[in-house]
Amino acid sequence: MLQSIEVSPGARVIPRVVAPRAASAEARETATPEKPCIITSHLSAFFGDAPAIKDVSMVVPQQAVTAIIGPSGCGKSTLLRCINRMHETGPNTRVDGQVEILGSAIYGDGTSATAVRRHVGMVFQRPTPFPTMSIRTNVAAGLRADPRSRLAQENVDEIVEKALHRAGLWEEVKDRLNESAMTLSGGQQQRLCIARALATRPRVILLDEPTASLDPLSTQKVEELVYDLRETVTVVIVTHNMQQAARVSDRTAFLLAGELIELAPTNALFTAPMDPRTEAYITGRFG
Amino acid sequence: MKTRLARHWISGSMIGLTYLAAVLATLPLLLILAHLIRKGAASLSLSFFTHMPGPVGETGGGMANAIVGTLILISIACAIGLPIGIGAGIYLSEKRSMPLAQSVRFLSDVLNGLPSIVMGIFAWTLLVRPVGHFSALAGGGALGAMMIPLVTRTTEEMLRVVPTSLREAALALGYPRWRTSLSVVVRTALAGIATGALVAVARIAGETAPLLFTALGNQFWSTSLREPIAALPLQIFAYAISAYDEWHAQAWAGALVLISIVLVISLAARVVTRSKFGAPVD
Amino acid sequence: MTAVPAPAVSTDRRRLTVHETAIGDRIYEIVTTACALVVPALVIAIAIAIFAGAWPAFSKLGLSIVTSSDWDVRAGRFGAAPAIFGTLVSSALALIIATPLAIGVAIFLSEFSPTWLRQPIGFLVDLLAAVPSVVYGLWGIFVLVPLLREQVMPFLRDRLHLGATPFFSGPAYGPSMLAAGVILAIMALPYISAVSREVLMAVPRSQREAALALGATRWEMIRDAVIPYAKSGIIGGIMLGLGRALGETMAVTMVIGNRAEISASLFAPGYTMASLIANQFSEATSDLHQSALLAVGAILFVITLIVNAVARWLVWQVSRDRAV
Repeated sequence: MLQSIEVSPGARVIPRVVAPRAASAEARETATPEKPCIITSHLSAFFGDAPAIKDVSMVVPQQAVTAIIGPSGCGKSTLLRCINRMHETGPNTRVDGQVEILGSAIYGDGTSATAVRRHVGMVFQRPTPFPTMSIRTNVAAGLRADPRSRLAQENVDEIVEKALHRAGLWEEVKDRLNESAMTLSGGQQQRLCIARALATRPRVILLDEPTASLDPLSTQKVEELVYDLRETVTVVIVTHNMQQAARVSDRTAFLLAGELIELAPTNALFTAPMDPRTEAYITGRFG
Repeated sequence: MKTRLARHWISGSMIGLTYLAAVLATLPLLLILAHLIRKGAASLSLSFFTHMPGPVGETGGGMANAIVGTLILISIACAIGLPIGIGAGIYLSEKRSMPLAQSVRFLSDVLNGLPSIVMGIFAWTLLVRPVGHFSALAGGGALGAMMIPLVTRTTEEMLRVVPTSLREAALALGYPRWRTSLSVVVRTALAGIATGALVAVARIAGETAPLLFTALGNQFWSTSLREPIAALPLQIFAYAISAYDEWHAQAWAGALVLISIVLVISLAARVVTRSKFGAPVD
Repeated sequence: MTAVPAPAVSTDRRRLTVHETAIGDRIYEIVTTACALVVPALVIAIAIAIFAGAWPAFSKLGLSIVTSSDWDVRAGRFGAAPAIFGTLVSSALALIIATPLAIGVAIFLSEFSPTWLRQPIGFLVDLLAAVPSVVYGLWGIFVLVPLLREQVMPFLRDRLHLGATPFFSGPAYGPSMLAAGVILAIMALPYISAVSREVLMAVPRSQREAALALGATRWEMIRDAVIPYAKSGIIGGIMLGLGRALGETMAVTMVIGNRAEISASLFAPGYTMASLIANQFSEATSDLHQSALLAVGAILFVITLIVNAVARWLVWQVSRDRAV
């Protein structure tokens, strides 16, 4: 811990957020998580012939926040996009290996990317509210696309309210639900996108550098939100910001040039990295 | 070696020439509009819109049948051209780099440059010759075929402007591809697509050549799709090349109405573009 | 990889449903692909329909349909040379008149225009493309043709003494090749200027600034730095305008005089392929006459196809360079 505190500008924040739960996090984590949520085995992803990630095998535990860190271009986002089968939406892309979510293999014959994505919410770097929809319809957007939720159509308002509450946005927007989502600030838009992802009650939420385009205050709100999400959902967050990983995650994976170097409880990874490359990265020697 | 002064003098006069070009290029439109208004307004009255064409040598009369005919022809053309054009435009934007997309894109451009008279004889061989008579359907078909490449290209262009991030957001939310395309991508670009559709309508509304051997024209009232039908541009043409002053006057009035329709649609297209990404629907 | 635990088998019983048929996507794909296929189908159908219809004339008349200038419907002789000649000459004339104007406007709008003038002038020029062809024809018959006959033709022939050349000699008919050329020039102008303006705007600022920094005058900057950069795009625009002019029907039919003769004088009436078809097609009763007109249509189709393909290729070339 000392090592990383000395070099990181955000060091003063870390003890405040991390310290109270460091003990519980460590207690929960053993060498192998007891309740795995996402298991990737020998996962590789390609753009054309160039691999973006190579042979990644990892286990992400249920109801915890797992952060993926690494220098830009190391394949963090690609790894994330393999978990909800978004990687294949790009031209000339290919995925090898297998990903299992809660016991279901999501690649393979007869599986549907659309069905997988309904269980796995995703939030992107930049807020992506649908510009033609109101705040309310944005949050309900995922429900409308889901055949399972036809029955739930009657209490859409209830679901919308609940999702906005969880995203910490309800108080700010409750009087303007019918206004265009584009009238919100950037930080509000991003929380709207989180609410939209939560409304369908996914089992996993993927966050791809969700605070990259936000101001510090909005960033703090989103981080607090992520911290609370673990109660109900498995979270995987990609971040280029080590302090953020330290603040919000239970476990951290370090990726370098497409390879998974190390995956360990966050505390352990930042204080006593096993691999010299991890140590080099977190002490700021490259990246 | 030219002197500095000579070089600056040349520069100044060439720039002056571009100003002159700007004046000369805008002059024809202003002249045409001025003549249309002066000559057309003289014989334009309410009865022009409500009455049938009068016999030779009689002043007055109207083009009610031709105005209605043009509206019917435009409707048929839209019924054919809009769905196919928009569908093809969606295909081009979804499958951007597929070989088929490349050739469809190229052939749309080629089709856009096809002389309208060629489209007319094509529609004749396909829709008139086999059934043995001219019809509104054949005229509308020819115009609809002209609309397809126009709408295809503008639709693709408008869809291309929609950020990929929106597509991805919808897909990640569990939207199937068709739904992502329709209720997010197309919906977001709807104003632009509508603009493209209006521009295409404005373009075909004044077309005459494709109607010569398809819709043919009709001096009488007819709204039947299987009969020859009157159209404003055809009527203007017939009256313009006739030998009677009364008919010439009617032609000017018809041209004023036609260009007003075209300009109103073109202006509407501009207004729609401006309200792009407007208020939410609900 | 040391710290990575071996993949474990999950024991969670609440399995996810990840299997689903994507029937909606299939249907959507089929429908949009079908729409897209209409475009090539249309091109092929047009080619087949017209060439099939033209075949009797081609096989019966052979090359004479292009080489002979004897078009006599009653005698069954169909030589379309005057119409082909008229199409080429009127289009060439149109380009000679329109190109300098169109490029001038484009340069004006992209380089020199005060900002407040840019929108309205650009709009007015674009609007030229929206005016229906039959309206141009009407204006041509009643305004342009009398003006040419009474003012311009005598002026060119007598005052400028151009009557000595074969091109401006002979009696001043109103409806004439010159009238067709002028009206086509007005109609082609917006196409040429729109494309030229676009490619001129795309020339990077640095290109201009470099020239000015070397001490070039503003005109030299345009001539030496801007135009060479935009050249192939401008040529593409001219070809596009040419494509329009070659196929234009109504306005030309109304002002060219429709006489199937080849004359060196621009004051004499002529014919174009498009106006020949427009004038005679609905009255063509004999099969050969009809087929001959379709053959003229086929020739026109091929010529415009080539011109447009080259134009597109040139314009794409520029936009691709820009993208790189």
